[in-house]
Amino acid sequence: MKLTLRVWRQSGPQDKGAMVEYKLDDISPDASFLEMLDVLNEKLIADGGEPIAFDHDCREGICGMCSLVINGTPHGPERATTTCQLHMRKFKDGEVIDVEPWRAKAFPVVKDLVVDRSAFDRIVQSGGFISAPTGTAPEAHSTPVPKPDADRAFEAAECIGCGACVAACPNGSAALFLGAKVTHLGLMPQGQPERWDRVVSMLDTHDEEGFGGCTNTGECTVACPKGIPLDVIGRLNHDYLKATAGGKKRA
Amino acid sequence: MSDSFYKSGEPVADAKAPAGPIEDRWTTRKFEAKLVNPANKRKKKIIIIGTGLAGGSAGATLGEAGYHVQQFCFQDSPRRAHSIAAQGGINAAKNYRNDGDSVHRLFYDTVKGGDFRSRESNVHRLAEISTQIIDQCVAQGVPFAREYGGLLDNRSFGGTQVSRTFYARGQTGQQLLLGAYQALMRQVEAGNVELYARHEMLDLIMEDGRARGVVVRDLINGDVKHYTADAVVLASGGYGNVYFLSTNAMGSNVTASWRAHRHGALFANPCYTQIHPTCIPVSGDHQSKLTLMSESLRNDGRVWVPTKTGDERRPVDIPEDERDYYLERIYPSFGNLVPRDIASRAAKNVCDEGRGVGPGGLGVYLDFADAIARLGRKTVEAKYGNLFEMYERITGENPYETPMRIYPAVHYTMGGLWVDYDLQSSIPGLFVIGEANFSDHGANRLGASALMQGLADGYFVLPNTIGDYIARNDLGPVDPTAVVAAEERVKGQIDKLLSIDGDRSVDSFHRELGHIMWEYCGMERTEQGLRKALELIPALRAEFWERVKVTGKGEELNQQLEKAGRVADFLELGELMVIDALHRAESCGGHFRAESQDEDGEAKRDDDNFAYVAAWEWSGEGEQPVLHKEDLEFDYVKPTQRSYK
Amino acid sequence: MAVTGGVLVLYLVAHMIGNLKIFLGEEDFNHYAHWLRTIGEPAVPHRTVLTLIEVVLGLSVVLHMWSAVSLGKRASHARPVKYQSKKKSHAQGYAVHTMRYGGVIIALYIVWHLLDLTFFVVNPKNSDATPYERMVSDFDPSRWYITVWYVVALLLVGLHLNHGIWSAFQTLGLRTPRSHRALRGLAGAVAAVVTLGFISVPLSITFGWVS
Repeated sequence: MKLTLRVWRQSGPQDKGAMVEYKLDDISPDASFLEMLDVLNEKLIADGGEPIAFDHDCREGICGMCSLVINGTPHGPERATTTCQLHMRKFKDGEVIDVEPWRAKAFPVVKDLVVDRSAFDRIVQSGGFISAPTGTAPEAHSTPVPKPDADRAFEAAECIGCGACVAACPNGSAALFLGAKVTHLGLMPQGQPERWDRVVSMLDTHDEEGFGGCTNTGECTVACPKGIPLDVIGRLNHDYLKATAGGKKRA
Repeated sequence: MSDSFYKSGEPVADAKAPAGPIEDRWTTRKFEAKLVNPANKRKKKIIIIGTGLAGGSAGATLGEAGYHVQQFCFQDSPRRAHSIAAQGGINAAKNYRNDGDSVHRLFYDTVKGGDFRSRESNVHRLAEISTQIIDQCVAQGVPFAREYGGLLDNRSFGGTQVSRTFYARGQTGQQLLLGAYQALMRQVEAGNVELYARHEMLDLIMEDGRARGVVVRDLINGDVKHYTADAVVLASGGYGNVYFLSTNAMGSNVTASWRAHRHGALFANPCYTQIHPTCIPVSGDHQSKLTLMSESLRNDGRVWVPTKTGDERRPVDIPEDERDYYLERIYPSFGNLVPRDIASRAAKNVCDEGRGVGPGGLGVYLDFADAIARLGRKTVEAKYGNLFEMYERITGENPYETPMRIYPAVHYTMGGLWVDYDLQSSIPGLFVIGEANFSDHGANRLGASALMQGLADGYFVLPNTIGDYIARNDLGPVDPTAVVAAEERVKGQIDKLLSIDGDRSVDSFHRELGHIMWEYCGMERTEQGLRKALELIPALRAEFWERVKVTGKGEELNQQLEKAGRVADFLELGELMVIDALHRAESCGGHFRAESQDEDGEAKRDDDNFAYVAAWEWSGEGEQPVLHKEDLEFDYVKPTQRSYK
Repeated sequence: MAVTGGVLVLYLVAHMIGNLKIFLGEEDFNHYAHWLRTIGEPAVPHRTVLTLIEVVLGLSVVLHMWSAVSLGKRASHARPVKYQSKKKSHAQGYAVHTMRYGGVIIALYIVWHLLDLTFFVVNPKNSDATPYERMVSDFDPSRWYITVWYVVALLLVGLHLNHGIWSAFQTLGLRTPRSHRALRGLAGAVAAVVTLGFISVPLSITFGWVS
């Protein structure tokens, strides 16, 4: 395949950055998108250029490290697929492909296509857990969990924390990420004691980190490589209102 | 056996496991261990490298216990560690199925599955702890699969006859890791754990023969920094990426372990490599990694190749009588369900005969046509739908219509840094947990045991044993000259890598090394091949240090530089793996020596000569490593030859 | 946003029902308009209830717009650097993407509408005329462009409601996986009924079905 890539190049956080065009021929349609970038990088190194920095690790769609907004869509055109699992056969021969980093104030660009997503860690840190010190756990079967709840919790817990929801959201909101964690933990019986404080502290941290407000555009769930459903945001709002206006929150 | 490629040293022994009945050893050890005064824990610093299941759970637990933890990972978040990709499940001897499972049976299965090359005390402890792990994870809200009654579901997994595997669809590793990650982040919030993401450990700070800290590189800006502590824990995972193509994540590396090895930490059984039979085959030179397809596919899929060599026809056009269902033919009683190592080797054999399918002839068919005819497409879809989708996404072929192509790939490394019962390496103050150590799986790991071991080490073993070391060693501040020396070594290596400015990319060396390792130290190893590798690897290493081209600067995010450091270590590790494989002239578990097989081509162990752990000591660049043997004794499980016919 | 939007939706429904009175004839319509000003009399003075409604409405509109502006501001803060390539996805349909600029057009329309039929500034008739006369002359066939303007604005109101009503349930946490389809249906139905109800009046006048 022949391709023209227009890739965002930015040498560091202070650099202004710009799109740079590269031509590639002879790309195998069986290569993944990241393998195509590997080929480009090898070519750049051979030509004495600077290879493109991009985040990636497991390359099997689960670690959440790869990103890239491809032709305006996070993780590219194929639904429910991470960039590392996207293959070149999904593109046309001769196509011009734009590659950009996630864009959000809370995800500042580090270099080229690499962004800093530590804001997600800080959101989890502020309450996205169940306090269960090692060794204190009761026997696993002491609390049955209804299967539908366990299944829905699992579905929400599938979130890989890649940030595509933020990248896709016209408001730069991380409501889907928040909603997924709040839904997962809030559906488990073990998550009930901290449920109301969790949602308030996570949402407050979300706002402090500079993410935007949700207007229910639904772009997040379309971009989500794990197809986290939009109703987790409904649940997030429900729990938040109940915690605040409903007075359930402790502190 | 020729001694020309290694030197023999003194035997080593695990001095920490107590004597007495195996069921009591762990309790005894916990009781004998000295405790750290709770008021003093705040002042005791522990460094942890890695945030996977072992590291994440250790950080959370040690932080909760009151220690001052500093934790590092090279990824952008602790949640990305490669434990996240584990699919199948986690074993625990809960006996919820009332099918005769017990701690002793899990212990027995693991020792046998490890082909009698693991330490009984360690394995028994692992089996004991397994039940607590499930309790712990459930309490953290891990959404395990459940039955309609609300209780936990179980399934059976390769190599066992009981149903003891707990799972969360095909994403058990992800869910367990997120549980550990969340517990860790809670400790970060509480101020007990300082977290440093995008930091890579590049050296160990040594003082008086003890591990006292680490030198790390901040991957964002390239700063080389040091951190000192009372003890250092490596939870940095396995080294399967030495093969370039493996199911490991791109960043998985041996650097932390290897740099500790260069300071004297013994490296045990490096040649034990698990090769997983059901991976998606290589599609071309661009290939950067291999993707595992769950082993459960072999429950309903039939493995075959054409009987004729070089048969280019489409699989549907090959009539039944021209197909060789070779696993069913050679192993009539286990058929397609033979253990991983056997299935892998059989696939290699048919491909070596020229009967492989797909690009390059490196693949065999895994055919669901019979299953679809027998069970209906709906049932097959319900069972394997997500796997079929993944396969189609990667290959562009529809497995409902045409058979899948699979090929074995490197998946897990049983070897690792040598540790005693306390999980302390041969360097005092350096502890090694999870896949990075060698301890529990012997020569072969059973399915769903890696997650169990990582969490056992991190949640329950290390937090109990590290206290003993800390309580017995009240260490003062670290001598600044030791710190400076370590920093200088790191900076020196970085400068050297950047200054070569050669004409070959880092990846090209890694690819070539991987090719040598796969060819000569892969599924089937021969003395001749290994000796050839022993010539090729040092030559490639020499070339690397002359011709490698590392672009960019040290003071910035530089992914080429990161890779170069890792590949440099793989180039040394690869040689040690070959030496280990060459010296172990028997076949066992994940190590198959062509010279050691029975008349049917099955692996033949040699318990008289090789019932030991091979713990290797570094003796300098280009120098022959020193072999220290730890004899293995089997008081509870008597070694037998495996048979799956 | 959701709460004020809810108030406005309820008002729109009532307003639309009132408008449909025009099909019952001149007398009924004028009587209804008169009644609006005399609700609660003699217990409360003339126009009390109507004024109260106007105050609540005014407040709702201001708060609704204020929420919209602050959300918009947050959105532009949250993404200081824009994407270079155009985004194509319309995940929840076209309506979502009309919320902001559509809202502005609707706000402008409301100003016109008030100047037209409340303050009679841009109406052909003045305060001497009856409400019915004002309506009929406003949408006279010769003034077809006014009708077009109303129809366009009302279609935008419809789109706004279609997303807004569903979105309000989501924001208030009332949407569950099970109620999703029902709420979507409700939003669509309310939007359609309100829009058609409103549009029917000016169209009927312009086409001479009501005179």
